[in-house]
Parts: sequence; structure tokens; C-alpha cells
Amino acid sequence: MTLLDIRGLTVRTADGRTLVDDLSLTLGPGERLGVIGESGSGKSLTTLAVLGLLPEGMTATGSVELAGTQIVGATEKRLTTVRGRDAAIVFQEPLTALDPLMRVGRQLAEPLRGKRRLTGGALKRAVAEALEQVRLPEPDRIARAFPHEISGGQRQRVALAMALACEPKLLIADEPTTALDVSVQAEMLALIDTLVREREMAVLFVSHDLAVVAKVTDRALVMKDGRAVEEGTVERLVRAPREEYTKALVTSARRLESALDLRSAP
Amino acid sequence: MTPVLETRALETTTPVLELDDVALSYRGSAAPVVRDVSLTVRAGHSLALVGESGAGKTTLLRLLLGLARPTAGTVRFDGEPLALRDREQMRRFRRGVQCVFQDPYSSLDPRRRVGAIVAEPLRSLGIADRRTAAPKVAEALERVGLPADAARRYPHEFSGGQRQRIAIARATVCEPRVLLADEPVSALDVTTRVKIVDLLAELKQERGLTLVMVSHDLSVVASLCERTAVLERGGVVEQGDTARVLGDPAHPYTRRLVDSVPRLPG
Repeated sequence: MTLLDIRGLTVRTADGRTLVDDLSLTLGPGERLGVIGESGSGKSLTTLAVLGLLPEGMTATGSVELAGTQIVGATEKRLTTVRGRDAAIVFQEPLTALDPLMRVGRQLAEPLRGKRRLTGGALKRAVAEALEQVRLPEPDRIARAFPHEISGGQRQRVALAMALACEPKLLIADEPTTALDVSVQAEMLALIDTLVREREMAVLFVSHDLAVVAKVTDRALVMKDGRAVEEGTVERLVRAPREEYTKALVTSARRLESALDLRSAP
Repeated sequence: MTPVLETRALETTTPVLELDDVALSYRGSAAPVVRDVSLTVRAGHSLALVGESGAGKTTLLRLLLGLARPTAGTVRFDGEPLALRDREQMRRFRRGVQCVFQDPYSSLDPRRRVGAIVAEPLRSLGIADRRTAAPKVAEALERVGLPADAARRYPHEFSGGQRQRIAIARATVCEPRVLLADEPVSALDVTTRVKIVDLLAELKQERGLTLVMVSHDLSVVASLCERTAVLERGGVVEQGDTARVLGDPAHPYTRRLVDSVPRLPG
């Protein structure tokens, strides 16, 4: 059984430019797949297409089946039942993902109230639990805070808590740590790994950074100019890339990384 | 090399830029943004300022650029205290110290042609007029690997990496001794990032340019800078030769930074 089945997905702009070109991928329940690509590769549009969230003016053709629901061409009403429950997304910039005028607790309560039909004391407890799950200290204080009053790393944890609120079968993470400091990034990656494992969730993890993807997924798809270039285990892609583009990507990453091998040997 | 010899070798030249026990606090805020920072920038010894968000990296760069005035301590240029009202000194300073910013999309005026953008420092410093600037601009563009016809085009016609080359051409057109760069490659894709790192290394090597770079990317720092200062919450926790600081950190914060960098498998 597949959880996510993308076949021949093509995304075009209103003026006819093709941004995602005949992309296919599948993901089973509990499976993890990394999507690696540089700017303009179409990786983010692909994730948006999975939730029917493509920007206005862009059209998707082909097939995106998420937990048995055809997303391409689905009505907004149908999509609303899918989002959050079947798949939820964490974006790169938590400051734009959260409403700046609403306290964190209230934002987190929305999906819990809407999809899990919780109210009153039960809702308040669920909010606190959701914040504890993402290892936020002092959940009561965080719940009362506005997004600008907490750090970037804490905001991204809140965004993750919101994505997990309805216990989706698939977590989509689009560059979830790119805006974070490196030590915060390390904690966030470990947290995603743990939470997803505990919940046996599937993950679609999008990043431009091979080393970051390797922390969360074993398998990855490389994209360039809207097309799938190569798919395989991260280890194989890094050790023995087959396509020229993957080679260039790995060589660049290795070149930069090798500068860090300072006096590691005595 | 013993530390003593190293220090002596360094002390034989006057630093180009120097921060002497500098602090900066904003009016009304309790904690200073930077405190007790002493740093020297000597010709040929490129310096990296590393640390996480809020550590004060960019503030230090602003102090070094004369864009902010310290509330305590002294900023020196060629051994003299930087006096923002001393027009003659400021002219020498602007000629000797130029800068490049993180985002090549916002740091170039979209309404001006590349040629005029790159010629700007020549004109404002009175080094060349419209006519005599042209060959210098052409040479600067060539040096950064852009085609000669780039001068007639507009910034939007270029990719992110090419725009950063334009910004570097503008900063180097007046042959400065020091280039201050705030996260010069972090907005770029990895394959582009490697190329810009190569370009900066080449400018160091061939033009004798000294870099002062703010970066959170330790591999970029290790690729380009001989010296590294690590900042945490506005103070320098550790500074010295990059190979020593990053290869064998003495401070736990530096160690945590180094250990957090995700590495490629294999």
C-alpha cells in the first residue's frame, strides 16, 4: 500500500512555463524520502502540490494520490479534510508560518479544536501536551507568548507541534532548519527524527543540503529544473552519484566540507 | 610554530583595522549588544567572525565599517582612531575598506545598469569620472568572471551567484585593502557557493585582499580565513588561528558549534 503516489506531476505557470516536469515518486506508510535540489528545482512546488497549496495561477496536471485521495483537481472542501489529517507541512520560515497577532497557544488550539473536536480544559491540556512533545520548556509561558517573543528555534518547534497536532500520516518538511542556527538545527533534526519514529509517520524532507537530508532520511530524490535527476539511498548518492548533476552537487558539498578537516588527525 | 613566535610575527605590522575594548549598547536597553571586544585585522590575515544569531557579528561588522559608533572603546583604522567627521580620513577609509552583503537581490539598485553600479565607488570617492571609470569597471567585471557586456545590463538579468559577483566587483573596483563581507555566500546554492568562495580566495591571493567575514558557515570560514573569532552573546569567547580554533576548540561553545555541523555520510 502506498501513502503518497505522485505520477507524472507537472506544474505550469499561467504563461505556460513548466516548473515541475513529469515527476513521479511513491512513499509508503512510515517511509522517509528526502528531496534534494537547488533554487528553482521545483522541490518546494512539489510539496505544495501534495497538499493542493499551489500559488494562484499555477496549475497541476498528472496525479497526486494522498492516502487514497486524488489531490489534483480536488475541491477546496475536499482538500480541507486532507490537510492536517493525512499530511501536514512545516515550512522554512516559522515567522511567516505563524500569525504574528495571535498567541502561540491559540494558534495551536485551532487544529486541535477543528480536527480533534476538543474544547475547554481538554483543549488546554492538549495544547500544553503538544508543546511538551516538541520539547519546549515552560509550555505555559510559550502558550501565552506571541510568535515574536520566542526564539526562531522555539517558533519552528511550535510550527512542528502544529503540523503534528492532528497526527498526520505524512509530515512534509520544506527546509525546516535552513533559517536556524547550526546548533539549533542539530536539535531540530534530532527532534523530527524521534517524533516521526514514535508516531510511525512518513516524511517527505525537502532540502538543498545533502548533509542535512542525510540526518533524517535514508532515501533521497535529486531534482533539477523541475525534473527528477536521480533517486537512491543517500549513502549511494553521496558515494557513487550516477548523474552529472548529482556529481556536481556532491563534489561542491565535499569541497566545502573538506575545509573543516582541520587537524582532526594528530 | 610556538604561540610566542606567532604573536611576534603578527606584531611587526600596524593593524589595518582594530577594535579596542569596544562595546555597543542601544539607548534604553539593559544589556550591551557587544561588550569588551578587542580584535585586530592585519593585512594578509583574513578574519572570520563566527557565532549564532544575536551573537553580535553583524554589529561588529557595522562598527568596523564606521556605520555604528561604539558606546565604549575605540575603533582604529591604520592605527588612528576612526573619526566619522574627519572627511579626509573617511575618504582614505572608504577607499581602503569596502563591503559586500548577504543578499545580492537587495544590495544592488534594480533601476541602474551594472556598469553604473560598479562605477559608484569610483565616482563617490572621486577616483574617476564617467569616462575614466569605464576601463576600471570592465577590469573589475572581468576579474570576478562576468562577461564584458554585463555593464550594459540590469541586475535582474543575472542569477543570484552572478549578482554576488557584481557586488564583489563594485566592492573591489577601487582596489581596497580590506573587504568586509556579511554572510557573502549564505544566500547561494551550494554549487554557486563553491564558485564564489573560489573567487574570494583568488582575490585574496592575487590582489592581496584581506577579508573580514561574518559567517555562520564554518566550512566557508575554514576555506577563506586564517584567523577566527568566536562570538557568543556579544562577547568574544575564543580567537586565534582558524585551524586551531575550529580544529581544536578550547571553549565549549566553539566545540558545540563545530560538532553541530552536519556532515556528509561516508
